[in-house]
Amino acid sequence: MKNENEESSRRKFLKFGLLAGTATIAGLGAKSLLADESKDTGEMVKVLTADGKLVEVDSSMINHPSEKVLQEHSLREGIAGKKFIMVIDLARCANERKCIEGCQSMHGLMPPVEWLKVKRMQDSELGAPYWFPQTCYHCDNPPCTKVCPVDATFKRTDGIVAVDNDRCIGCKFCMAACPYSARTFNFGRPESMKHFEDHANDKEKDKCCTTKPSTEGTVSKCDFCPDAAAKGVLPSCVTECPNGTIFFGDENEDTVTNGEETFRLKELLRSRAGYRQFEELGTKPRVYYLPPVKRQFPFEEATEVHNKAE
Amino acid sequence: MSENNFKNDKTTHETFTQEEFMIMKEDLLRPVQHWGFWGKVWIAFLVVICMLGVYAYYIQETKSKYVTVSLRDYTMWGVYISNFVFFVALSLIGVLMSAVLKLTNFQWYRPLSRIAEIIAVAAIMLAGVSIVAAMGRPERLYHLVIHGRIQSPIVWDIIVILTYVTASTILLFIPLIPSLSTCKNHLTNKPKWQMKMYEIFSFGWEGSPEQWKILKKSVKILTVLVIPLGVSIHTVTAWLFATTLRAEWDSTNFGAYFVSGAFLLGVAGMIVAVFVFRKAYNLEKYLTEMHFDKLGKALVLMACIYGYFNINEYLVPAYKMSGLHANHLLDLFTGEDSHFYWLVVVFGIALPAILPLIPAMRKPLPLTILAFFVVIAGWFKRYLIVIPGLAHPYLPIQDVPDSWRHYSPSLIEMTIVAATFAAMLLIVTLFSRFFPIISVWEVAEGKLEGKDEIINYK
Repeated sequence: MKNENEESSRRKFLKFGLLAGTATIAGLGAKSLLADESKDTGEMVKVLTADGKLVEVDSSMINHPSEKVLQEHSLREGIAGKKFIMVIDLARCANERKCIEGCQSMHGLMPPVEWLKVKRMQDSELGAPYWFPQTCYHCDNPPCTKVCPVDATFKRTDGIVAVDNDRCIGCKFCMAACPYSARTFNFGRPESMKHFEDHANDKEKDKCCTTKPSTEGTVSKCDFCPDAAAKGVLPSCVTECPNGTIFFGDENEDTVTNGEETFRLKELLRSRAGYRQFEELGTKPRVYYLPPVKRQFPFEEATEVHNKAE
Repeated sequence: MSENNFKNDKTTHETFTQEEFMIMKEDLLRPVQHWGFWGKVWIAFLVVICMLGVYAYYIQETKSKYVTVSLRDYTMWGVYISNFVFFVALSLIGVLMSAVLKLTNFQWYRPLSRIAEIIAVAAIMLAGVSIVAAMGRPERLYHLVIHGRIQSPIVWDIIVILTYVTASTILLFIPLIPSLSTCKNHLTNKPKWQMKMYEIFSFGWEGSPEQWKILKKSVKILTVLVIPLGVSIHTVTAWLFATTLRAEWDSTNFGAYFVSGAFLLGVAGMIVAVFVFRKAYNLEKYLTEMHFDKLGKALVLMACIYGYFNINEYLVPAYKMSGLHANHLLDLFTGEDSHFYWLVVVFGIALPAILPLIPAMRKPLPLTILAFFVVIAGWFKRYLIVIPGLAHPYLPIQDVPDSWRHYSPSLIEMTIVAATFAAMLLIVTLFSRFFPIISVWEVAEGKLEGKDEIINYK
């Protein structure tokens, strides 16, 4: 009985596999036919093949399946098949703050509100100081979503911890619960509200806000730019960094990229001793750090205060 | 008519003299009968403060909170939350001063129980108001009902608090029924609606043995019920903090620490309330020096228990001084908030644990002065529990404006906090002006000296 079942399920699987394979081949054929007939954009894009080789293809060859998914996806459900992850290489950060500026302009934020902060850290007296970019860690065991009384902040299937600003009641319990102080509250600062409105329709920017930082009296935070990610566009903190400090990717694909370089995630974490901040708290962050060893830049103290104005 | 009733009943209960009851009734109904000039001034004063609070809240909600409120991303919880914790703590006064004493057969609870219960009900209501004032989107309060999730400690807190309010209100009301009947029969020159109110809410109370039986039984059940409820409201309030990963709140001691602090605050609050009612309403015969003596001793006990939990909460982590706790603890012991911290330790724990050991300190005036300081220190204690830790998170606060680093409540916030105090006092005052603040029948019953004969207190 049991054997029969196993047998039949294997047969089913084989059948399904065959079908899927045929469909894929057919799909690829159709795609290449189409590409041949219509326009080549001439823009070459590097992609990583399954066996880890970088190849250049025309951008018209690339079809992001998740773009269709994106149109249907709601804030509450994750993007199917994705598990977003970030790796920050502390050896590369020179505190140039381009990630912060990119993030702020992407989301219409005005200083001193930063979804992404760069902190000066020094672990011990004899240890060397280093710069520490900090986003929301989109923890796999998030203390913030547990305490939310109305399910306004929640964990999605794609690993993202999102905020529903239309539901948030502004109790700020999630902010109290976050041990990383990653969340920020919209107190309705007049200048910030105006700033957001002024930049709401910036056409040149691909606005990716699923969370609405403009909603007064609610909590917001780094949202991992899920809409951009679904389209295959990297978050602006990644693209803006001149040193390629921040890598973004998909755990399911086992790949992270900073736009220039692409790595196998597990390999990178293994070879560079990747770690997560405050592992002992058990929050299981989805943001990994590579220790600041063999630095690309010598550490320089910040000479400027950025967020002095009230 | 009532006088007639009285004379007719006279023969049925010899253990308690009618003359005595008549005098007592006179004394206890006097504050309801005559409000007096200063009584009215006091009420007007409280109303004005409440109105100021309402106006401040209006400004807070219509203007930008960045301008009206000093809260920022790091100290996102301020005096509204610490005020909430204070009021929840104060509401445990009903549990201690009425229920616990009643069940353990301490007869001196009798004139205190109603004072304690109205303070409890008023305080828990104002705790709710404080929370709404702290909310970013108060108009979305109903989301708690339509989207509420049982896994959030906030939802637990709402459930136990609502249950506690209901039970306490019923517990306040049921023993009030015979008093309402007394009011109906003896008050004169009161507006019609007020007399009507007494009539409706006394539910045709006649004082038949059957009615007394039901009344006493329901009071007993509720009295037993409010003890676990009271302990849970403050324990769950402690869990609002203890369920987070923050170093300053990450403590298994928190529930007991909060409950013991609430009992200390309850005794201190009771001393102040008893003193004020005694003076303002000339109730020296009922709220006697004996009560201050007992309350003074209770204050020592509660301060010692609270001190014990404070040692567990602060000195044990301080001995280890782990990296995670050091930041917060050093701030309290020697840092920016140390002057507050040590004043609270002295006035909120040390002095109430020591001073009332001296008999002279258990006299009404000195004890009340001490208790007053304990209440003030109690408010700042909650401030110290909620706020300084927020400014010392695990990851350092860097590159932010000064106001993000140091919280000090804005004028709007302080006005609203002051208004919650005024509103609490107003509820208690108005209650005592419409209903006898000391339960006539409970005191009379106490005078029966152990004979549990039912008499008809009209």
